[in-house]
Amino acid sequence: MAQKKEPSLIILVVVLTSIALVAGLALTGVYALTKGPIELSQKQKKEKALSDVLPGFDGTIVDTVVNFEGDDILVHKAVDKNGKLFGAGVETFTMKAFSGRFDLMVGFDNEGVILNTEVIKASETPGLGDKINKNKSDFAKQFNNNDPAEYKLQVTKDGGDVDAITAATISSRAYCDAVQRAYNVFMKVKEDYHE
Amino acid sequence: MSKVKILTKGFFKENPSLILVLGMCPTLAVTTSVNNAIGMGAATTFVLLMSNIIISLLKNVIPDKVRIPCYIVIIATFVSMVDLIIKGFLPALSESLGVFIPLIVVNCIVLGRAEAFANKNSVFDSILDGLGMGIGFTISLILVAAVREILGAGSFMGWQFIPSQYNILIFVLAPGAFLVLGFIMALMRHIINRVEDKRKDKMCAAK
Repeated sequence: MAQKKEPSLIILVVVLTSIALVAGLALTGVYALTKGPIELSQKQKKEKALSDVLPGFDGTIVDTVVNFEGDDILVHKAVDKNGKLFGAGVETFTMKAFSGRFDLMVGFDNEGVILNTEVIKASETPGLGDKINKNKSDFAKQFNNNDPAEYKLQVTKDGGDVDAITAATISSRAYCDAVQRAYNVFMKVKEDYHE
Repeated sequence: MSKVKILTKGFFKENPSLILVLGMCPTLAVTTSVNNAIGMGAATTFVLLMSNIIISLLKNVIPDKVRIPCYIVIIATFVSMVDLIIKGFLPALSESLGVFIPLIVVNCIVLGRAEAFANKNSVFDSILDGLGMGIGFTISLILVAAVREILGAGSFMGWQFIPSQYNILIFVLAPGAFLVLGFIMALMRHIINRVEDKRKDKMCAAK
């Protein structure tokens, strides 16, 4: 390699540019190829999450966007056959997660009792914070069938009713934060709801 | 060097994380469970293999002065491709691996092999080197992860066999990773020294 003639600046630029160009083109191709399947799988995941957080519901879903403290939050209102509010699935989030942000779907019945929670998108630390996922630990199950009006959505360390995940207090606090936000949004939606 | 040796040197003698001490970030960060280790190892092996092939093909085209940016572009492209393909076609795998895939870009093993091997050797040798290094990396990840998962979470590949109240939490946390890695490295050194001593003894005896 040492005895090779020193290439001119132009060659350096041309080679690097063309490699970047080819890489960019290849990536564009793969992106175009995978865009559809990625969107489809995310949509399916959301639909599955919605049916998981509203167990036993059989009626129509009405989507509304609620502006809450400056953030747009999507609420899937579940309306039964008689036009009564069965509950809602709230697409909530938190910015207090260990990795910044994660997204949850929280289902409430018409009283505001938490039916179920489901993680939509999270990138918490594997082995620690990712225990917010139900297939990794039972942490998320403790929220079910509790009414946040009397069930304090804070970890026990902060004087609340939620048992935090060992060694993942930040993720546990963030989960509580997201559920609390969902509850506040749901109460707002419930107030505004007219049959 | 024989072809077999190129393949197998990554397993033990030049094991990337335990002997060359490359790619410490994933070795410490993702080894909380054996499943994660296998996934990370497999994804890294694929990227290593592909980047070794391309870089070895382009070794006469890329000028020395801009080789590092060129290698990084090539590696990053493959990582992004793997990320997109897994997300699109294997959503279940993406759920358990999603967070690690982008981490491969910063794995020094991939760049290290491009720099130390692929840009000087033939395509076929580079394929063997990439495979060998990838497998060696996977083996060492599994070793570290097995110790950490058994002691820290009381399970192996998600199968719990020690009740959670007897788990030693520190092994799941970062300090545990350093401890386990240190002990395994020391053990590797010890074994290699022993083997070399024996070889020397044999040579002396033969004389």
